[in-house]
Amino acid sequence: MALSRRHPAALFAVLFVALGTTGAAYAAVSTDTAPKASVASATQVDQGKQLFLEGCSSCHGVAAQGSSNGPSLIGVGAAAVDFQVGSGRMPLAGPNIQAVDKPPVYSEEEIAAMAAYVASLGAGPAIPSDEAVDTTNADVVLGGELFRTNCSQCHNVAGRGGALSNGRWAPNLMSSEPKEVVEAMITGPQNMPVFSDKTITPQEKKDIIRYIQELQKSNNPGGADLGRFGPVTEGVFIFLVGLGILIVISVWIGAKAR
Amino acid sequence: MSTVTPTNNTVAPGGAASWVDDRLHASGGLSKLLKKVFPDHWSFMLGEVALYSFIILLLSGTYLTLWFKPSMTEVIYNGSYMPLKGIKMSEAYASTLNISFDVRAGLLMRQIHHWAALFFLAAMSVHLMRVFFTGAFRKPREMNWVIGTVLLTLGILEGFAGYSLPDDLLSGTGLRIAEGIMQAIPLVGTYLAMFLFGGEFPGNDFISRLYSVHILLIPGILLALVTVHLIMVFYQKHTQFPGAGRTESNVVGFRLYPIYMAKAGGFFFIVFGVTTLISALVAINPIWLYGPYTPSQVTAGSQPDWYMGWLDGAVRIMPNLETNILGHTISWNLLVPALVIPGIMFTSLGLYPWIEAFASGDKREHNLLDRPRNAPTRTALGVMAISFYLMLWFSGDNDIIATAFHLSINQITQTLRIAIFVVPPIAYKVTKHFCLGLQRKDRELLLHGYESGEVLRLPHGEFIEIHKPVSLEEKAVLMGKADIAPLPAAPAIDANGVENPAARKEKARTRLSAWFYADNVAAPSAQELAEAESHAVHGSSHEEISAH
Repeated sequence: MALSRRHPAALFAVLFVALGTTGAAYAAVSTDTAPKASVASATQVDQGKQLFLEGCSSCHGVAAQGSSNGPSLIGVGAAAVDFQVGSGRMPLAGPNIQAVDKPPVYSEEEIAAMAAYVASLGAGPAIPSDEAVDTTNADVVLGGELFRTNCSQCHNVAGRGGALSNGRWAPNLMSSEPKEVVEAMITGPQNMPVFSDKTITPQEKKDIIRYIQELQKSNNPGGADLGRFGPVTEGVFIFLVGLGILIVISVWIGAKAR
Repeated sequence: MSTVTPTNNTVAPGGAASWVDDRLHASGGLSKLLKKVFPDHWSFMLGEVALYSFIILLLSGTYLTLWFKPSMTEVIYNGSYMPLKGIKMSEAYASTLNISFDVRAGLLMRQIHHWAALFFLAAMSVHLMRVFFTGAFRKPREMNWVIGTVLLTLGILEGFAGYSLPDDLLSGTGLRIAEGIMQAIPLVGTYLAMFLFGGEFPGNDFISRLYSVHILLIPGILLALVTVHLIMVFYQKHTQFPGAGRTESNVVGFRLYPIYMAKAGGFFFIVFGVTTLISALVAINPIWLYGPYTPSQVTAGSQPDWYMGWLDGAVRIMPNLETNILGHTISWNLLVPALVIPGIMFTSLGLYPWIEAFASGDKREHNLLDRPRNAPTRTALGVMAISFYLMLWFSGDNDIIATAFHLSINQITQTLRIAIFVVPPIAYKVTKHFCLGLQRKDRELLLHGYESGEVLRLPHGEFIEIHKPVSLEEKAVLMGKADIAPLPAAPAIDANGVENPAARKEKARTRLSAWFYADNVAAPSAQELAEAESHAVHGSSHEEISAH
């Protein structure tokens, strides 16, 4: 038949070749820019310092020594900058109880420059490498155990976030990138404690990420998950929807008799 | 006996039926039962929802018992839920996972069982409100009200027992709180908790003990009480709303057979269908996310099911007070919210029919219901109780409210600590105000009819709106208002000038009675109605016009 002249795998073959060529071409063009984050050049530090003086020094001080409006950044490391600025928490939208994550203000290049500058001020945790967030050999079961022991009391057992004291909160993890999760653990942003590599080993961090990825898949064997907030939403549902439907039907049955 | 010739002297409608009836002689009683008349109103079906949910609970619960293992023996999970594979857990939790993932229809049955439990308690609560607000608890039905109160209490306990059985993180957290509440009972608390848990929490016995309570003891009592509850409804006959042709001594409606058999039978399948549909579409208590219970773990958003939320809320907003007497700690922070307040709430709920009868001095039988507006103090008290309950419920959800609305949990708690005292009296005042307003409107409708919207210009230029009398059906409803006068104060001095010792005792009662009934808007008297009618016949009077 005319329709089956092509082999069924032809499409995939074409796609494979096309993607492979594009990828190879891109790699050839951009080889010199790929490993930029690892080695901070002097110009990058200078650029970062300039950005820091313009955007951050009003609170963190001109030498990043801190002020009454913001903490010292000496020794917080590149990971802290990458997390705070990369998630849009910094620059702060306004003086608030807790920084809100929003679309980042700076470009990736600028963030890398600022991270390099802050890293140059004092030793601190570096931005995790791709290897550090590679979950191919991670153990989801152990990750679940670690998550329930260390994370769920604030972030909720399904990673949906929860309330902390005085208007602070532990954020929802459903759109957290693996790199952000590691950065949060090693730098302890906002109210979060630091989970250093001694407390939770790098391999265990991968396991936790693997479990968070499992949660992010939101497989719901039981149906709609009602936000996974626990029994409260279930209670609201039974009154508003469940009993609502039955009362409407009761009124209908009662009215038919007239 | 052997000399009697067998004869067939009854005209049997069917072979099998007459065979049974020849042996049981049930047709007489049964036909009386089947001819029983029931009144019709949608709100009378709320109790039915509770009854049918209970049947669904028995059926789905039986299915679950076939696979659930009420044991705290430690096993290693090896079922098909990958993220928990190889983890040590109790057999109870492992078997619940097994029901959820490896038993055919197991998860659906679990969800049906859990949603039906929420339905059962929600329907019971709303049914209770219906009975309360319509005064259906009055003589002769006080006993059935008390049975209902016991059913609700047991239903809450039964629900909590079921919530605790899977032995997941949420179950265990709830049980830990329950243990704390038990320990807060002065003097005996610690012994009681040790006795129930078979030693230190969590021990190895509690799940199996709770299981027999959950599947045998409480359901048995519930079933017996539900039966008595229903027999009493049959025996005392159902109440009805006032209306045309309805009196205290009749029941206007349809016979059990065939109308109510069809309606109730059909409604059972609707309730079952809606429950199954919800259970098939919406997840409830995804225990696999919580993991096995370990005292070292906890999750944000640990909450009980909704019917325990108020109790959790009371504990959450109670200030942290403890007293140490001779080395013995009295935990007011648990004792008051978890034992004293619920005790007061349920006791006053059970005793309410007697409280109101004490205030009214009314000893008549009531088979006609009150419209809520016609018992303003009762209605206002009911709304006040609901608002109190809601404040506690919100307190129980304080962390979810804080997360969802970006509020401070501390401020929510502080606000609710004040609101719990401020909101209920406001709810009382507002409701009473509304009821009295509606009473005035009803009185107005009876005396002057409704505003027809037709405007008439009189010869001298004045405009009036023509009022028309309400329909006979509506008039019958409005005339169903039965006024209760406040009790007169007992004379302080009797006929011989001697001080009356009863008067002082009666003083509180008179005051209570006045509080209940003094501001009631009296229904129009026969004379007022007759006058109003003559006005209507002779055309609009000036008096009527000036009233608007």
